[in-house]
Amino acid sequence: MPETVLETRGLQAWYGESHVLHGIDLTVREGECVTLIGRNGAGRTTTLRAILGLTDRRAGSVRVRGEEAIRLPTHRIARLGLGYCPEERGVYRTLTTRENLTLLPRLGEGGLPLDEVLALFPNLAERADSYGGRLSGGEQQMLALGRVLTTGARILLLDEITEGLAPVIVEALGRAVALLKSRGFTIVLVEQNFHFARHLADRHYVVEHGRIAAMIAAHEVAAREEEVGRLLGI
Amino acid sequence: MSDITLQAFLAQLTIGLIGGCFYAMLSMGLAIIFGLLNIINFTHGAQFMMAAFLAWIGLTQIGPWLGQPDLQVNFWLALVLAPALVAVFGMAVERTLLRRLYHLDHLYGLLLTFGVALVMEGGFRYAFGVSGQGYEPPEILQGPVDVGFMLLPKYRVFVVVASLLICLSTWYLFERTKLGAYLRAGTENPRLLQAFGINVPVMITLTYGFGVALAGIAGVLAAPIMQVTPLMGGSLLNIVFAVVVIGGLGSILGAMLTGLGLGLIEGLTKMVYPEASTVVVFVIMALALLLRPAGLFGREA
Repeated sequence: MPETVLETRGLQAWYGESHVLHGIDLTVREGECVTLIGRNGAGRTTTLRAILGLTDRRAGSVRVRGEEAIRLPTHRIARLGLGYCPEERGVYRTLTTRENLTLLPRLGEGGLPLDEVLALFPNLAERADSYGGRLSGGEQQMLALGRVLTTGARILLLDEITEGLAPVIVEALGRAVALLKSRGFTIVLVEQNFHFARHLADRHYVVEHGRIAAMIAAHEVAAREEEVGRLLGI
Repeated sequence: MSDITLQAFLAQLTIGLIGGCFYAMLSMGLAIIFGLLNIINFTHGAQFMMAAFLAWIGLTQIGPWLGQPDLQVNFWLALVLAPALVAVFGMAVERTLLRRLYHLDHLYGLLLTFGVALVMEGGFRYAFGVSGQGYEPPEILQGPVDVGFMLLPKYRVFVVVASLLICLSTWYLFERTKLGAYLRAGTENPRLLQAFGINVPVMITLTYGFGVALAGIAGVLAAPIMQVTPLMGGSLLNIVFAVVVIGGLGSILGAMLTGLGLGLIEGLTKMVYPEASTVVVFVIMALALLLRPAGLFGREA
């Protein structure tokens, strides 16, 4: 069995006074694609943010490649090799596409060079000198994903990358994620679109009220369809 | 109006340009600091003054203090050392005081930096009094130079050239380099930049130091032109804040162009209607706030 690269134990998180995560236990192994699914507000995005220390306060344990990260500042956690695509995409509006793509520091070996990213997302090549704020939603999403690939981070935290995008772009992103998986990236995917996620993931964690309500392996999904539907409120 | 000759016009424009250079350097520092730290740095004037004083101390005081009357820190050395010292002082203030206020409203940072400025001005006033101290420009820059339409002190020509170079390099650094891209990204979304692995707290400290150093360079350059007094920064800062408001908070290019432009306008007003020359900047500020509240170069929030 491949080694565990990301693990949380009893992860709790707060925004101000509001207690959002009540103890999340995740285990992600090298090369796996794992999703966090669940209803809006269940705490999936917060789980990713808490792993990176972006919540106001957190407690419990987060281990990245065996190293305890709960007390590290955010930039040190990222440097353990985590690549983050935030829900709001976080494309810098005042930077050009090229600047956005070359901005991020190296976090590990084997980051894609700029021309490979542009080959993966040809739309971005055409917009290389446009400011981030002028890109369409789909282009911004490709940029957000592409720039993480330049860093050499091998563990990707991808938050709602298909949200609000046209089907053809969702398909392109699906191909990109599948390609990354085949290249051995470890992927944690927060996804609303279960149909997008079910064909990509090895396992699904269902998050409910800030806890893990169920863990469903890919081969069990068909058998547990009804349970999944109930948990997701589909 | 007809008695204004072209020569007088150009001369007045030149004098305005010299003032504009100081406005530009100071307002650029303010804009950079506001962009990344969200702090309206009221200490900027006191830091400008501190650098001028350090230059003056280096030239005239330090020798006697150390019992070595011949020891002098000359202008060129002061131009490097004084801004560096003021920047270190500024970074210490950022680390120990300002850092605690980032999660609060702008108002608290403004009050704190205002307080620090008062303490600094009070300290220098206590130590050196309020009367102005003279500062001789270096020998090589003494005497006049004929610029065609007037005789201009060499030193003032140097100030214009030096400050334009500093402004342009700052603009280039900010808009055209990788380091500048980090600063712009940090201005836009610092938390996310940190999630990408950048040590944002250190970046903030260094940026504050850089902005303060710009004020320091302006202070040393000003020492031979203005009287070195504890209050020299405070009065200048009022105008510089108006410049930043007109140009748009957080816009580097805007701060530079507005600073130079307002210096020129002020110079011309002195010729046309001298009584209005101190007011004209604020009239323009009021108009800018009415017509373009985000500033001439600012982006609407």
